[in-house]
Amino acid sequence: MNGYDVVIVGAGPAGMACASEACSAGLSTLVLDEQPRPGGQIFRDIEVSDRKRRALLGKDYGEGARIAGAFRASGAEYVPGAVVWNIDSAKRIDYSAGGRSHSVEAKSLVVATGAIERPTPMPGWTLPGVTTVGAVQILFKTSGIVFEDVVLVGSGPLLWLAATQLIAAGSPPKAIVETVPKARYREAARHFGKALPAWRYLAKGFAMMRAVKKAGVPVHRDATDIAIEGETVAAAVTFAAGGRRQRIETAHVALHQGVVPNQQITRLLNCQHRFDESQRAFLPVVDESFETSVPGVFVAGDGAGIGGAKSAEMRGRLVAMRIAEKAGRPAGEAAKLRAEIAKDAAVRPLLEALYAPSADILSPADTTMVCRCEEITAGQIREAVALGAPGPNQVKSFLRAGMGPCQGRMCGLAVSEIIAAAKGETPSTTDYYRIRPPLKPLLLSELAGLGAEEPREAAE
Amino acid sequence: MTNRTADLVVIGGGIHGCSAALQAAMRGLEVVVIEKDTVARHASGVNAGGVRRLGRAYAEVPISQRSMEIWHRIEELVDDDCGFQRAPQIKVAETDADLRDLKDRAAHLRAMGFEHEVVLDRDELRAHLPAVSEHCVGGLASLEDGFALPYQTTFAFQRKARSLGVRFAENCRAQQVERIGSDFRVTTERGVFTGRKLLNCGGAWAGEIARQLGEPVEVEPTAPMMLVTSRMPRFCSAVVGNQSRPLSFKQMQNGTVVIGGGRRGRALPDTNVSELIFSELRQTAETAMAIFPIMRQATIVRSWAGIEGRMPDGIPVISPSSTEEGAYHAFGFSSHGFQLGPGVGEIMGELVATGATNAPIAPFAITRFTPGP
Repeated sequence: MNGYDVVIVGAGPAGMACASEACSAGLSTLVLDEQPRPGGQIFRDIEVSDRKRRALLGKDYGEGARIAGAFRASGAEYVPGAVVWNIDSAKRIDYSAGGRSHSVEAKSLVVATGAIERPTPMPGWTLPGVTTVGAVQILFKTSGIVFEDVVLVGSGPLLWLAATQLIAAGSPPKAIVETVPKARYREAARHFGKALPAWRYLAKGFAMMRAVKKAGVPVHRDATDIAIEGETVAAAVTFAAGGRRQRIETAHVALHQGVVPNQQITRLLNCQHRFDESQRAFLPVVDESFETSVPGVFVAGDGAGIGGAKSAEMRGRLVAMRIAEKAGRPAGEAAKLRAEIAKDAAVRPLLEALYAPSADILSPADTTMVCRCEEITAGQIREAVALGAPGPNQVKSFLRAGMGPCQGRMCGLAVSEIIAAAKGETPSTTDYYRIRPPLKPLLLSELAGLGAEEPREAAE
Repeated sequence: MTNRTADLVVIGGGIHGCSAALQAAMRGLEVVVIEKDTVARHASGVNAGGVRRLGRAYAEVPISQRSMEIWHRIEELVDDDCGFQRAPQIKVAETDADLRDLKDRAAHLRAMGFEHEVVLDRDELRAHLPAVSEHCVGGLASLEDGFALPYQTTFAFQRKARSLGVRFAENCRAQQVERIGSDFRVTTERGVFTGRKLLNCGGAWAGEIARQLGEPVEVEPTAPMMLVTSRMPRFCSAVVGNQSRPLSFKQMQNGTVVIGGGRRGRALPDTNVSELIFSELRQTAETAMAIFPIMRQATIVRSWAGIEGRMPDGIPVISPSSTEEGAYHAFGFSSHGFQLGPGVGEIMGELVATGATNAPIAPFAITRFTPGP
C-alpha cells in the first residue's frame, strides 16, 4: 500500500492551497477529489471555463484560477474522480476510482471536504423542479445551463450571488422570496462595526442587492409559511409576506438556507464535535492550527466552520505549515497568516446573525417530509421522541431516518434540531447521527475485489 | 431516582436485560435496569435481526425452541410486532460434503426429539431460493423461523417493562458491585442502587461484573460486521446462511439486503467504538455474490458493527452465580443472542422470582470456566 506524509481529501481552495504549501515544504502529498478537475464547488471547472463564463460568474470566481495554477505546478500527486468511501483510525483511506477500489495510508490526513447546503424541509421540497441554489450554480459553472424563471427561496449571501449571476447570464430569477425576519436587521446591525475590517464583503453584498433591484427582480422580504405547490411537479411557490398570502407560479424553485460544514468524515473518525449556536451547525473541535481531537487529522476550509473561499485558502496553507512544523520541516510564518484569517472572518458574526436559518425550516410541520431517502416526516420523528427514543441514533434505528443512500447528509441537521426542540434541549446535547462507511455508495463487486493485485502498466 | 431497595437490579439494558426485567415485573417484582449508555445501544440494537433456531449448538436448541414460541406471539407480550416476519432460515450447501454434514445434523436433532430442521435437496432448495447459484446442491431449513427489527424489538421490551413499573437508569455505568448483608449494592456514576437480587446482562462488559462477584470469566468483545445494500427487486424471501463459509443474508420488506455472518471488525469496548475492517468484509461480499449471482449488481449503502461478548466456547452463560446467592448471569451470547432474548428473559424471570427453572440451563453454567483443582 502506498503511504504519504499528507493525504488531502478535496480539491477546493483549502485542499489545493494545502497541497501547494505541503509540497513546497517537501512533504509527499496526495490529493483525492471526486470531481474530474480541481476547484471544489466554489471554483468548479475553473480551469475549463471560458472568458465569457468567468465574466458572468464574477471576479472572485476568477481567483480560483490562480490557486488551481499553483496547485497544478506544486508537484502534488492528484487523483481526480476519486470517491473516498472509508477512512479508518490508522488513517488508511479506501477510495474508488476508475471502477475499482484502492487504499493509501496517510501520516497526516487533511479533510478539505468543505460545506454542504443546509437541509431545508418544507412542504413540497421533494417535488421535481425544486433544487438548491448551490445546484443551480453548479449547473451553470459546469455546463453553462441556466434555469428560466427560477424563484430563489430562502436566505444567505449565496442567494444574492446566484441572483446576480443569473441576471448577468440574461436569465434573471422570476423572484426572490427572502425569509430574513425584519427584526434580524437590527440584531445584525450590532455586529456592523466589527465587520468593517472585512468591508470588501459588505461592499460586495450591497452591490449584489443593487444589481437585483436594478434588474427589476421582485424581492419579497420577511416571507414565512412557505410551501411549494404542485401535483407531480413544482407549479408554484406560496408564502405569507407583507401581511397577505402570495403565490408565484413557476416550474423551477431553488432553495437555500446557508451552508454548513460537511461532517461526514470527521464523524466517521469519531472526532469531537460541538454545536455552534451562531452558525447553527455542528463543527469539529479544532485547535488554532485546525487539528481535530484525533491526532494527525486536520480540517481545512469550511469543514471547520464556514469562513468562505478566501479563509479556506489561508486555512489550507496554515494546516500544511503546521504539518511541516510537526515533521521538523521548514515552515512558513503562521502568526501573520492567522491574523489575516481573523481579519477575513470579521464579517462572519454579522452574516451569521442576519442569515440564521428561518424558524420554519428548523421546526417543519408534522406532515413535512424530513428524510427524503426513507420518506420520514417531522411528525414521525416527534412521535418516536414521545415514545422515548432519546436521540438521533435511536430515531434512525427506529424509523430508518438517515439510513438511505445519502447517509443522513440531507436530513441529519434537521433531525437533530427537531429532536432537540421536542425534548426541550439544544442540538448540542441531542448530538448527531453516528456515520458509518461507506461514505458514498459502493458496488458489492468492488468491495469483493478490494486488495486484489493492481493490474501492471503495460509499458513499464 | 429514589434510592429504595428494589427486588431486582439488572445490569445492562440490551435485549436480555430488558426481557428479563419485563418477565420479573410480570411476576410482581420491583425492578431497576442500569444501563451505561442507552437501551439497545450496542449489539441488541444493531444486530442482523435473525430469529433463528437453525444451526444452533445442540445445548441451545431447547431454549431456542422456547424462545421461538414467544416470538410467534411477540405482539401479545410487548404490544408491538417488533417487525417480526415469519420466514424460512436456510443453510445452503455448496458441495456434497456440506450436504452430508447437514444431513448428519438433521439426524442428530431428530434423535434428540426435534423435527424443525429439514434437509432440502437440489430442487427443494430452488423452490425456496429461486435466485440461488447453479452450483449449490441443497440445504438445511427451519421453515418456521424468521427475522425482526432489533432496535424496535429491544425498545418495545423496554417500553412494556416501563409500563409495568420497571425503572430504567440510562447513561449510568455500574462501577462497583458488592454484597451488603443480604442485599446487593451497585455503585454507579449516578448514585447507589440496592437490590435483593442481582442480574448481570452486561454483554461485552459483563466480565467485569462477574469478576467483582468473585467468579472471573473471559468475555471477548467482538464486533460482527454487517452491510446493507440499496433497494433491489424482490428475489429472496428466506434468511440464508452457508454451511462452510460465514454468511447471514436476508432481503428486507423494503428490498434492501442485509448481509452479515460473523466476519468481525475491531471492537473497542472502553470507548464504545466499533470499526469496520473492509479487508475482512471483502470475503462476505464474495460469499454473497457466489450464492446469489444477482448480488453482482448490488450497491452497499452502509455497514456497521455492534459490540458484543463472546465466550471461549461460543455459547452463553445463563446461570446462577456460584459465589453469591441471589446473583444471576445471562451474557456472552457470542453473536447469536437476539433470538434467545424473549426465552432467556422468561427463564431468568422465573429463576429470580422462584429460585428455580425447569429449563435445561446446566450446559451454560458459569462454573464451566472455573479452573479445575
